[in-house]
Amino acid sequence: MSYFSDIIQGTKSLLTGMRITGNYFFKNFLTRKDVITQQYPDNKDTLKMFDRFRGEVTLAHNENNEHRCDACTTCEKTCPNGSLEVIWDKYKDPETGRNKRVLVKHIYHLEMCTMCGLCIEVCPTNALEWGQDFHHASYDRGQLTKVLNKPGSKVVAGLKG
Amino acid sequence: MEDFLGENIKTQEYFLNMGPQHPATHGVLRLLLKLDGEIVHNVDMDLGYIHRSIEKMCERDTYKQIVHLTDRLDYLSAHINNEAVCLLVEDALNIEVSDRIKVIRTIMSELTRLSSHALWWGVMGMDIGALTTFMYAFRERELINDIFEETCGARLTMNYNVIGGVRYDLHENFVKRVKALLAQLKQKLPEYDKLLTGNVIFRKRLEGIGYISKEDAIAYGLNGPTARGSGVSCDIRKIHPYSAYDRVDFEESIFTEGDSYARYKVRIKEMWQSVHIIEQLIDKIPEGEFRHKTKALIKLPPGDYLQRVETARGDFGVYVHSDGKKSPYRMKFRSPGFANLAALNKMAKGLKIADIVAILSTIDIVVPDIDR
Amino acid sequence: MIRLSIFTQIHEWLYSLMPASSAHILELVLIAAAYLGIFAILGLLLVWLERRVAGFFQLRLGPNRVGPIGLFQTIADALKLVSKELTGTVKADHFLYGAAPYFIITTALMAMALIPFSQEIHAFDINIGVFFIASVSSVGVVGIFLAGWASNNKYSLIGGMRTGIQMISYELSIGMVIVTMTTLAGTLQISELIEMQRNGWFIIQGHFPAILAFMIFMIAGTAESNRVPFDLVEAESELGAGFHTEYSGMNFAYFFLAEFVNLFIISSIAVVLFFGGWLAPFGITDGLHIPFIGLFWFGLKVTAIIFIFMWFRWTFPRFRIDQLLTLEWKYLLPINMVNIVVMALMVWLGLIIKF
Repeated sequence: MSYFSDIIQGTKSLLTGMRITGNYFFKNFLTRKDVITQQYPDNKDTLKMFDRFRGEVTLAHNENNEHRCDACTTCEKTCPNGSLEVIWDKYKDPETGRNKRVLVKHIYHLEMCTMCGLCIEVCPTNALEWGQDFHHASYDRGQLTKVLNKPGSKVVAGLKG
Repeated sequence: MEDFLGENIKTQEYFLNMGPQHPATHGVLRLLLKLDGEIVHNVDMDLGYIHRSIEKMCERDTYKQIVHLTDRLDYLSAHINNEAVCLLVEDALNIEVSDRIKVIRTIMSELTRLSSHALWWGVMGMDIGALTTFMYAFRERELINDIFEETCGARLTMNYNVIGGVRYDLHENFVKRVKALLAQLKQKLPEYDKLLTGNVIFRKRLEGIGYISKEDAIAYGLNGPTARGSGVSCDIRKIHPYSAYDRVDFEESIFTEGDSYARYKVRIKEMWQSVHIIEQLIDKIPEGEFRHKTKALIKLPPGDYLQRVETARGDFGVYVHSDGKKSPYRMKFRSPGFANLAALNKMAKGLKIADIVAILSTIDIVVPDIDR
Repeated sequence: MIRLSIFTQIHEWLYSLMPASSAHILELVLIAAAYLGIFAILGLLLVWLERRVAGFFQLRLGPNRVGPIGLFQTIADALKLVSKELTGTVKADHFLYGAAPYFIITTALMAMALIPFSQEIHAFDINIGVFFIASVSSVGVVGIFLAGWASNNKYSLIGGMRTGIQMISYELSIGMVIVTMTTLAGTLQISELIEMQRNGWFIIQGHFPAILAFMIFMIAGTAESNRVPFDLVEAESELGAGFHTEYSGMNFAYFFLAEFVNLFIISSIAVVLFFGGWLAPFGITDGLHIPFIGLFWFGLKVTAIIFIFMWFRWTFPRFRIDQLLTLEWKYLLPINMVNIVVMALMVWLGLIIKF
């Protein structure tokens, strides 16, 4: 008699599955309550990433357009992928008369970055920070190479590295 | 069938290229099938389509830099892979990490396992033909990913473990979110069973398919849930407990049937066990340091080191031969998927094309893990 | 045979304009063109419905951007497909490769002519109606078979072979269900079949064996329209796209549309055989003279049946080829045979429920 009990058992199991999907269908059809997807471009303005989200590496600037990078190049040395390049220049400090480094360009190759965060950890002056932006798509690789220090920015006065 | 047709009438064997781009191979894996009609006579596995020479890259990098590369092996168990490297270095340098770190790592590992198994369940359904399971599994996986994102800063390649602890302290919402997740899982996991496990078509597709005996499983070096489906006890969390696994109570999920359905049941049971483990730990996360200070440049003393952990796919081993320099002389990852995939031919011989797809999903391969 | 007043006017106007023979031919062409239009619109609507329903099943919303509630999404997709290049393989059998989509489309269209949209809109009402639909729609398998064979692709070939096996097997079940129901009705003509159901739908008239026949029909119908759990022909996770792997652009769209129109045809047969076609339930709108009321009831019933098919599709896993055959030959066929005998006995003994 297993022939008939098989049929009955099988049909029962199929109906159990249909009940579950059916439940979700009617709930969503009537109330949209269980919809788990986001309507992405629509919620672009309200979409807030978590504070710790690792979107990209940024060089923090304060309101006077000053950053904290003293061009020590620790980040460049520590990066496993070579995605950071620090270009610096020498100048003579008028007060002490010693040679000092000054940041010219802090170049960031986003296309090579794996977001491991080592550069941010090792930075002795806490100049680098995580940015939350994730809209990185572009038509051109070149656009992913960024200069992190803003034009005309200076190093914060009295920075000790 | 051949007896019936007699000696003179024969069908022609032919080859079918499954992959490298094929929906069932979960990535870029090429299977060369030797078929007679629908019946599989032989399966050749062709690997290396996404070989990125991660082991070689490790020889270039310092130990701190290596950690983030392991995210990219088995990306569904990223956290557990990180943990393996960190445990290895900590062991070698005799760094004793605090209880808080151990508990955090254990909870995170189990969350990773849950998210990996949730994805597996969804994809399993898809491979068998039930497309809806995917979205249902992602509902739970999304919650886990949110927990990761809030605490670790990323959803998949978390890179949360560092040598000597974890990168950040737990986020203040962590406990609340995990509890919400556990409540939802307890409610939804029975639903998984109703939708797929009990379904007569699904059971008929898996029961008795892809059988591998206990002896063969050991001989092929199977590990993880794949081996436990054949009754091999091989859970590293039990055999060589690491982090906080020695202080939690959980059951190693073993089934002895050795077929695809047993492997399926192992994973479902493991999800329940993960929920159980997290439940024991979540209320009593000890206070303490979350990250110990280490030297800026870590050098391992010369010698050989091995660390095994249990990822969602099985026994993941990290082997380092150090010559005392800042980067390892040789680094080798023993990936669970590689050994498991090797048994595919044994399991699939004489079955149908559709069975290969089912077996591949119950082995639960992740191709970047196999190719490295 | 279309008897709506506006059509009668066009009919008379045409016959007054030109000789009877050419007017007749022109009329046929016009009807054919109208059915082509229905075919396209129906296909697009059903694709939209499927995606929308799938969205709700899968905790999503489905297409909701192009037009109100995403209604024009499929039109946009169709436009995209039209504008795409028609690729093909060099070593394909080009004539058969090109002909295959038209086989499927033509058979689907031929079957469409038999569908009674309402009492008035019914293009071709012959005395072997249901039988004709069943036989014509089974010619469609030739198209799939040709597509699989001519593509010169092993995945297509496996898909095509699977279709052959599947169609031959499940054609049998459909045929036997039709025999069961015509035992009850005593006619094959669709308009008569529907008229007879004024005394209660056949699923009520024939009660137990009719319900069983309906269940078998739903299973076999799913197999006939190549949908989950019987979508081995396409079997995304096994064969990529199955028999239409090598088709692109509009050729692919023909297969895609035909698949959905076949779903509609199968559902229509179910409605005609079991649920009284365009008749209102319990005759609630019989006395009222609402235009297109038959079309409304028919559409509603067909949509309900199509929804059940979609429910199947978004719930169940797929069969394996041998299990598919087991289900047909070991379960459905014997049950069906017994069912015919039971039905015949019931008709003979007069155990039919009639209001």
